[in-house]
Amino acid sequence: MWWQIGLYALLILISLIYIYPFLVQLSTSFKSDAEAAINPVSLIPQVWTTAAYERLFLRSDFPVWFRNSAIVTICVTLLRVFFVSLAGYALARLNFRGRGLVFAGVIAVMAVPSVVLLIPRFLVINQLGIYDSYAGMILPLLVDAAGVFIMKNFFESIPASVEEQARIDGAGTFRIFWSVVLPMARPALITIVILSFQGSWNELSHFIVSTQSPELTTLTKGVAGLASGALSQGTQYPLKLAAALIMTIPVAVLFFIFQRRIMNSSQGAVKE
Amino acid sequence: MTATVTAPRRGRTSGSGIRRGEALAGWIFTAPVIVILGIFLFIPVLMALWVSVSDWGGRGSPFSGNVNFVGLENYASVTTGEGLTARDFGTAMRNNTWYVILVVPLQTALSLFLALLVNGAILRGRGFFRTAFYFPSVTASVAITVLWLFLFNPRGPVNAFLALVGITGPNWFADPRGIFHVVLSGLGVREGPSVLTGNGFLAVSWWNWGAGPSIAMSAFILMAIFTTSGTFMLLFLAALQNIGPEIQEAAMVDGANAWQRFWRVTLPQLKPALFTVLTLGLIGCWQVFDQIYTGTKGQPAKTTLTPAYLSYDAGFLDQNWGQGAAIAFILFGIIVLFTILQRWVLRERPVSRRRARQYELPARPATASPATIASRQVPAPPDPAQTPGGADDLGKGARS
Repeated sequence: MWWQIGLYALLILISLIYIYPFLVQLSTSFKSDAEAAINPVSLIPQVWTTAAYERLFLRSDFPVWFRNSAIVTICVTLLRVFFVSLAGYALARLNFRGRGLVFAGVIAVMAVPSVVLLIPRFLVINQLGIYDSYAGMILPLLVDAAGVFIMKNFFESIPASVEEQARIDGAGTFRIFWSVVLPMARPALITIVILSFQGSWNELSHFIVSTQSPELTTLTKGVAGLASGALSQGTQYPLKLAAALIMTIPVAVLFFIFQRRIMNSSQGAVKE
Repeated sequence: MTATVTAPRRGRTSGSGIRRGEALAGWIFTAPVIVILGIFLFIPVLMALWVSVSDWGGRGSPFSGNVNFVGLENYASVTTGEGLTARDFGTAMRNNTWYVILVVPLQTALSLFLALLVNGAILRGRGFFRTAFYFPSVTASVAITVLWLFLFNPRGPVNAFLALVGITGPNWFADPRGIFHVVLSGLGVREGPSVLTGNGFLAVSWWNWGAGPSIAMSAFILMAIFTTSGTFMLLFLAALQNIGPEIQEAAMVDGANAWQRFWRVTLPQLKPALFTVLTLGLIGCWQVFDQIYTGTKGQPAKTTLTPAYLSYDAGFLDQNWGQGAAIAFILFGIIVLFTILQRWVLRERPVSRRRARQYELPARPATASPATIASRQVPAPPDPAQTPGGADDLGKGARS
């Protein structure tokens, strides 16, 4: 009994530490600059003001950043889901010479850390003449080795007899993939959607090395610039925190929609 | 290869007429992935490898005639040279080493602790707690950095809380003092012995290596622990859920207390998850970039400089492409090395004689962990999903 009360007290204390930063971020974004400095701890602004948001949306490039992030994220997510599941299906089910080699290559590629690729990617993007364009921003993000791996594993778990039936009915390989197997792969597809969306929305380093013009600035790049002083005189914490907050919203929405799935994704046979 | 129709229809049978187009389809299906990975991953790495051993200055193509092969010059000037990049590289290595030494164990311990806390089946509000701990992990590192700059600003919430308990908080992101030097100067030691200040590694004196992370870096260290503990908690949680209660119960019958049960029974079974968490943690910790780019750009006094940021800085800002690429490959080497080391340290060892005697079993060379042996002492569980041999696989990979 007592240890249980202790356990809950501990859990509540820890979760306060985890949640408080976001609550103070929310409230500070509605404070004035002066109040953010004088009264940084309180969760309720003495005077509510939306000045930070007005500044962001009406008198800054923020909407452009948001649009760019949205364009890149939507393109990357849609195409990545398609490409990755195609490859995953082929590697799981189709027999072709060199399949093992392709899979080994994909796995090997997973070992290359993204930070190591900063200069290399820039070199290739530059050589291809797609530096500072949407193509340069989107194309390199379209494929992700981990996604191929997840899809391959999932397709292997679907019984082969399902496809045999369709094959006897005369369906072609793509037809079987598209209308029979893919609809069954919904749980895995949702995982890929979440990973792709989150990954490309939160991506920073790739956009730093593939673009320079202000019209192609994404949210991450723009907000990083804000943090280190662009746009601002003085600290302007409400402005910066509001920008970071809006940037968090799409990912948070996705997170709460698919929360159960995200939290249980790796829990297999939970006995509850 | 059986082409007969009566052969069991398995995914591997091929050659029958009905599967003729498969090879072509296989290549078409994998083509986008192969092409994109090839162009944006494989070729870039080869190009950068060339740049790292050339004197390319950033103008024109790195393959044009006036670019020369310079061998390991770039690597040498980064690691042993006298120039600015060499000193910066040493400093960045020192900073990142401390970051790894503190972040990896702390995030692993905290995430395991959180997983154990929220694992209880009778716990109410489990979902809420998990969500609270996991949410920082989905948030962009840029957004968290902005938040951290506010929390740790000289008059920010963190210092306000510290003031409540009578501590004057530092000017976090502007304070270059190493935390161990702060402690030492508190004890009256301000100058290191000449043995330490006179000698060093990578152009940084041993005295400065021992300074510990700067106060600015410590704020980043806390941030890393805050943002990653949720993800790793989920990994541990998944592993905990896969452990059947039988072994726990058997250990309880044998009179093991909670602490012994954790160390001797639960922890050995968590080894695959532990391996994953440590590896991912190590790989992630050597790649610190977003935070530094967003927050401090390596300041104050270069104490938050990391090799990843320095690689970007050397290439894109200083146009030292060769050195930048060389730093990237050194970093790659470090990450690969650590992963191999990790695998070696956490490999399955034969049970030692002493340990075997403890369990009253003859010492045998088989790859068995204490958990495996413990599982042999309980009757095979009736659950068909948990075959008696199942525990043997624990060392090789978590069951999904």
